[in-house]
This record gives sequence, C-alpha cells and structure tokens, in this order.
Amino acid sequence: MTSSNNDPNQELQDFHQIHLDSEQNKSKVVAWLNSRLPILSAVENTLKKHPYPKNLSYWWNFGSIAGIALLVQILSGLFLAMHYVPNTKLAFESVEHIMRDVNYGWLIRYIHAVGASMFFVALYAHITRGLYYGSYRAPREVLWWVGIIIFLLTMATAFMGYVLPWGQMSFWGATVITNLFSAIPVVGEFIVTWLWGGYSVDNPTLNRFFVLHFLMPFVIVGIVFLHLMALHQTGSNNPTGVPMKSKKDAIAFHPYFTIKDLVGFVAFFLVFGYFLFFYPNSLGHPDNYIPANPMVTPAHIVPEWYFLPFYAVLRAVPDKLGGVLMMFGAIVLLFFLPYLDKSPVRSGAYRPLFKKFFYLFILNFIFLGWLGKSPAEGWYIIASRLSTLYYYAYFLVVLPLLPKFEKTLPLPQSIDQHYKQQH
Amino acid sequence: MKIYHLLFLLFIFNSATASTAVSPTSALPAKQQKWEFDGIFGRFDRTSAQRGYQVYKEVCSACHGLKLVSYRNLATIGFTDTEIKQIASEYLVSDGPNDDGEMFERSGLPSDKITGPYANEQAARSANGGAYPPDLSLIIKARHDGANYVYSLLTGYQQATDGFELASGKSYHPYFEGRQISMPAPLVEDGQIEYKDGTYATKEQMAIDVVNFLQFAAEPETEHRKKMGIRSMLFLFILFVLLLIAKKAVWRNVK
Amino acid sequence: MSDSSQNNNSSCDQNKRDLIKNTAYAVAGVGAVCAFLPFFDSMNPSQDVQALASIEVDISALKPGEEKKVMWRGKPIFIKHRTPEEIKQATDVANADLKDPQPDADRVKKGKEQWLVTIGICTHLGCVPIGGQGEYKGWFCPCHGSQYDTSGRIRKGPAPKNLEVPPYEFLNDTTIKIG
Repeated sequence: MTSSNNDPNQELQDFHQIHLDSEQNKSKVVAWLNSRLPILSAVENTLKKHPYPKNLSYWWNFGSIAGIALLVQILSGLFLAMHYVPNTKLAFESVEHIMRDVNYGWLIRYIHAVGASMFFVALYAHITRGLYYGSYRAPREVLWWVGIIIFLLTMATAFMGYVLPWGQMSFWGATVITNLFSAIPVVGEFIVTWLWGGYSVDNPTLNRFFVLHFLMPFVIVGIVFLHLMALHQTGSNNPTGVPMKSKKDAIAFHPYFTIKDLVGFVAFFLVFGYFLFFYPNSLGHPDNYIPANPMVTPAHIVPEWYFLPFYAVLRAVPDKLGGVLMMFGAIVLLFFLPYLDKSPVRSGAYRPLFKKFFYLFILNFIFLGWLGKSPAEGWYIIASRLSTLYYYAYFLVVLPLLPKFEKTLPLPQSIDQHYKQQH
Repeated sequence: MKIYHLLFLLFIFNSATASTAVSPTSALPAKQQKWEFDGIFGRFDRTSAQRGYQVYKEVCSACHGLKLVSYRNLATIGFTDTEIKQIASEYLVSDGPNDDGEMFERSGLPSDKITGPYANEQAARSANGGAYPPDLSLIIKARHDGANYVYSLLTGYQQATDGFELASGKSYHPYFEGRQISMPAPLVEDGQIEYKDGTYATKEQMAIDVVNFLQFAAEPETEHRKKMGIRSMLFLFILFVLLLIAKKAVWRNVK
Repeated sequence: MSDSSQNNNSSCDQNKRDLIKNTAYAVAGVGAVCAFLPFFDSMNPSQDVQALASIEVDISALKPGEEKKVMWRGKPIFIKHRTPEEIKQATDVANADLKDPQPDADRVKKGKEQWLVTIGICTHLGCVPIGGQGEYKGWFCPCHGSQYDTSGRIRKGPAPKNLEVPPYEFLNDTTIKIG
C-alpha cells in the first residue's frame, strides 16, 4: 500500500495507467484540423483526459495565478513600451508622459508596477506550497528545477525592469547590483564594464536593459511550457503526498479546476485591485520619483520588497565575494532540495516535527526580508547573520537529519479516502 | 499556525520596531492631517487647490519649477478655459529657433508646460548657494508620507534647540532629516498673499492649500483612479461571489 | 461510472448548476472585455497630442500677396493673403476647365475671400509645392510638375485633387483657428 509512496518509478507507472472517461469530440472540422495539427486534441486531452488529484487545496491555485500574473505583465508591458523611451535624458519624462498624457497611461503603468509585486506574491506562495508538501521530491525533481529557473529569470527581469524609469533607486540599485560582479576574481572588472557598456551605469546600460527586459518574459513563457510538460509527465502532487493510484483518486481539469482557477484569479485581482487603485505606491520607494542623479546617493538604497531577503543575505557577509556567493547560494541551494530531504513521508501535513522547523523557516525568511530594508548597523548585523545561518541550516542540516528523529503521522490509504474524510 | 496568525505577528513586529526619532538630528515624523484626497473616496478640494496654485505662483515659483504640469491640466482642479488661457499668457515660454536661427520668447499657450524659474539645475544651484530647490511636480510622491511631510515642512520652522550647531545659510527644522534645511521659511506671515477668492491667507491656510495643489500636480488622476477603483472592486467582489457559488455547484458532482 | 465524478440527481439541479456557471462565466467575460478597453484607448492620441489638435494663427502681419506657413498636426499649412488680381484669376475660371471642379467660393470663407488656407501637401504623392510659381501663378510641385492656381486647385500635372482645405474658422479679423 505504501510502496508507491517511496518508489518514484512505481509512482510514475501507476500515474500513467490512470485514464479518465471522457466524451469524444465528434466534430468533423475538429477532426480535420487535428489530423494536420493536433493542437485541439492536445488541449482537449489536457483539459478532459488528464487526471488530477481531486483533493487539491487552494494552495494549488498559485501556479495558474502566477501564469495569469505573467500574462498581465506582458500585456501591460507591451502597451507601456509603445510610449516609453529608453534614453537617460528622456526615460523619466517618458514615464511621466505615460502617467499624465497617455489615455489610461497611469492605469497601465500602475498595473505593471503593482503587477510585478503581485507576481512575486504568487511565486512565493507557489514555492511555499512546494516546500511544505514535498513537491520537489522524486519523481518531480526536474519540474522543481525548471521552476527555480523560472524564479531566477523572473528576478532578473524584475531587476532590469526597475531600472527603466531611471529614478534614484533605479540608478543606484543598478549600480550596486552590477558592481557585485566585480567580486569575481580575475575577470570581474571586465565583466562589469562589459555589462555596463561603459565605465558606469549610463545610457548603454539602460538601452540594453530595456531590450532584455522586453525579451525575457517571452523566454519565461517558453520555460513555463517546459514546466507544464514536466508536470504532465508526473502528475500533480496533492496535500497528502500520497500519489494517485486509480481513477477513484482523480478528476479531470475541466470543469473542476477551470472554475476553481477562475475563483483564484478573481481573488488575486481583488488583492491586486486594492493596491492598484488605492495604494499603488505603497509597495515601491518614494526615492524613485526623484530623477536619477549619479552625484547623489540616497540615504538608504533598498531593492523592491521581493528581493529583500536575498539582499539581507548579501549584506550579512562582510566579504564582497563571500556575500555574492552566499546570496546566489541561497537559491542554488534549492536545486539540491530533492536530495537533501529523504524522509519516507512526502507531505509536511503528516510530519509534525518538520512543520515546526518549516514555520520557523518561513518566519525567518520574512524576518530576513525585514532586515534587508533595515540599515546595516547595530544589532541588525548579528541578526542578519543568524538569520542567514538558519536559512542555510534548514536545508543542509535540518532536512537531512529530520528523518532520524521525527515521528510521522499515519498516511491516508488513498487520495479518495482523504477526500471523503474532508467532505 | 494559520497564515493570518503569521501576518498579524508580522504587522505587530513591523509596527513595534518602526523607528522613532531618538537622535537630535533625525527628523520628527510628519504631523498628520486629514486630507480630502485621502482614502478610497478621496477627491480634490478644488477651491483649496486653486488657492494653492496662487500660493505656488506667488511664493514658491521664485525658486521651484513645476515642469511636468501643463497649463491645460489646471482644468482638473476647476479652472475654466478662459482662466487657463489667461494664466498661460502671463508666462514667457522659450520657443524656436526662428528663421534667423535664434531662440525667442513668446507668451504661453494652454498646451505649454509651466515655465520654471531657472533654465536648468546648474542655474538653480548657482542662484541658491549650491542647493537645488527641487521641482515640485512630484514632490508629494517623492517623499515618505508626502502630503503630511510637505505640510510639516511649511509649518514646522522653529528656533533651534539649545546647543544645536547651525551651519551658515541654513535654517533649523525639526521635520527635515539632519534638522538643517537650506530653504528659508517660505510662509513668513499671515496675509502674506491676497487670495483671489477672499479667503484670509493665514500660514496654516496657505500650507494646506498648497499641499492640495501639489497633490493634484503629483497625481492628477487621483479622482479618476479612485472612482474606477470603487467600481472595479465592487464588480470583482460580485464576480467572486458568483464564481464561488458556481464552483461549489460544479464540485457537488465530486464524491 | 468508475471515475470520481458522477452526474447527480435530477436534470433540474443540473440546469440550475449550468445557469449559475454560465452566469458567472458571462460576467467574467464582460469584465475581461472591459479590462481591455483602457489598453485599446492608450493607443489613441494622447492628451498632449490632442492639445495641439487645434492651433491659433495670427494673420495680422500678412500683407496682400504674402504667404505664411505653419505646422498643424504635423502637416504644413499655406495661409495666403491674396491680392484682388489673384482673387479675380481664381473666380474667372469656369468649372468645366477644372480637373477637380470646385468654385473658388467653396474654398474660402464668405467675406474673407482674400484669405486662402490650404494644406501644403501635393495631392499626387505628398511633396510640398512651392508658392508663387507655375503657369497658374499659384503653386508648383517640383516632384512631378503638378501646377495649382490661385485657389490652390489642380490645373495641370499628375495630381488628381485640389489642395485640401483644412477645417478652420476666423476667431476675429486677425486670428484664425485651424482644426
């Protein structure tokens, strides 16, 4: 009964045996198109034949929400790009032109700015789900890795996007972060000059950041397709961590998850709308409404909130190269997660001791974020170091050792049984 | 622990550790005022904002530009087309080159941006002992708690505390970071200007009026945005309820 | 009936379910369409461009025989103060002789026949004609040789139509508003 819980190959086999009943589409037009380009049948298979665990909770909505957020960013970004000018003399004013003169320009600009934050809210919630329910474990390693790549690309895109308005934070954030690369031994300085296209962050930098910022989201869309393909191969995880074994455990995506996803989208838009219409600048920094000035450094250079935890890790290390390595390391670490967590139980819901360390991890991550926007002085410094230590220790020490000490709760026999219990 | 416990703790923690002025050079938090443009139902106080334009014109524009605002934008706070044409024509605008290749000056049109006091930042610094009087188009968004900050700045000048070392050319100001500000108090006395609508121009009144004006200058879309916001949130909420009911209805099938 | 979803109860329930579902989808659809409208409108001329959609021109300095060129919506505008001779040349022409028949009276404002306002773009392929030249004493287009008369009408050459008269009005005797 529990064997397929621990054998990834068995799990894959069981999954591929499950076939849902569905009505064949009888349309001749559809059949004709499919015989030449099987796009319609592919969509229909995914929506109606592909099995999904019926006990998925709302934590499983965040993937599709992140997808919608990506589309919102692409749409709003496209229309902003029709009016924005990527030249240091004109960039700031072109954004104000959008805000004041372009019809609904203020709306599109705020959608894009607030949307970036909302995108990261969805991403972090999505990753949290993965961390808690063991979605990174075999056979979903590649799915997890592709996800981390999406996360990294999104961060790079957001970083470059923030430079474009050419405010004080745009300029100085770009200066601080690109300067990090000089920590690389031997080739560091060369790389930084090459990145800048000059001897400091200036027009060449702005121009290329605009081009790359425009391009990357489409690359991300492609990688998201890979992400969905990997998901298709293994099937979704679920709150019990117990894999799907038979038709009784599964339902079709349509109509159940189409409508549930719509509920999630509207809830997302409600949160989005609250910030967008009433507090659009609350997630940003006032200094970015001051045009970039290379002669005046702001009192506190702070990145956007979604970068703060990693910024805190960077500053926690007194050595420049060390800080860079620890900051990137914090994300690279995630790649090893499938090999660090070897508990026989996949889902955190059945691991009481794991739960405690996990909640602490989340609180610690938020605390790290708060430290990231605090000045790097006084007790904040030792706090950042301890916090960074726990972040690393959670992955490198806690997770590998937990199986030795934890008493896990008994797993449900099946997803079907779990669902019947819940309803 | 549920997510809302987490968020609540976070809120308490953040509030508890919010910095309070301890050192003698850190700025006091801004004086909190009630503004008509605040909140989800916020609107411009048009009469106040129009007076605020007069304060800007007669007091602030000697040193501060407003280059992102066009004269035609004044319609948003209730100036008529005739008034706008009149206001614009009182300014000189640089134009050209003409057929002789020279730049020339002409009187302003509604489509022009408001002419500032200086040609560029360097000229501004040179005329103000090296300090740059910032352009005020975005000042309320460019400062934390902008409206209250600007209000506190205008009304908060006072004598330096005992033993405070004031650099030459600067004024003591408890609401300015570092407590020394290059700008001498711009609002010096009650009745400093004569409002066109007859309101008596106390320092307090002028400060409030100019903040209302500057809020419009920074965020002219304020009213449109909040009105659209109420409608959109209402729509989304209704849609949310509909979808939730539909979802439960569809899922009744699942056993 | 071996998968996990079953069809339940009476078709009445199913109809209710369908109604709720379809209402929700319909409202969502309306919302989605409305959400696209601001994006669509953002491509329309922005407020600063619209502010320059009309211009006012001071014509007090123009003496008879003189012409002034101004830009309006990115196009050159010819404002000509015609001499009495030029007006007579324009009104004497019979409609039948015109390639694009149009009496001079239709191209000027009543009582202000000395003022001719045209868009200075040749109706052939878009070059800017030169004033005071050509057989008809109007304008001559150097690109392909189109000739316009003192009313800006095409008389000779490849251009098919007369020079376009933009919408304009006299605000007073010395100011015209174009657009």
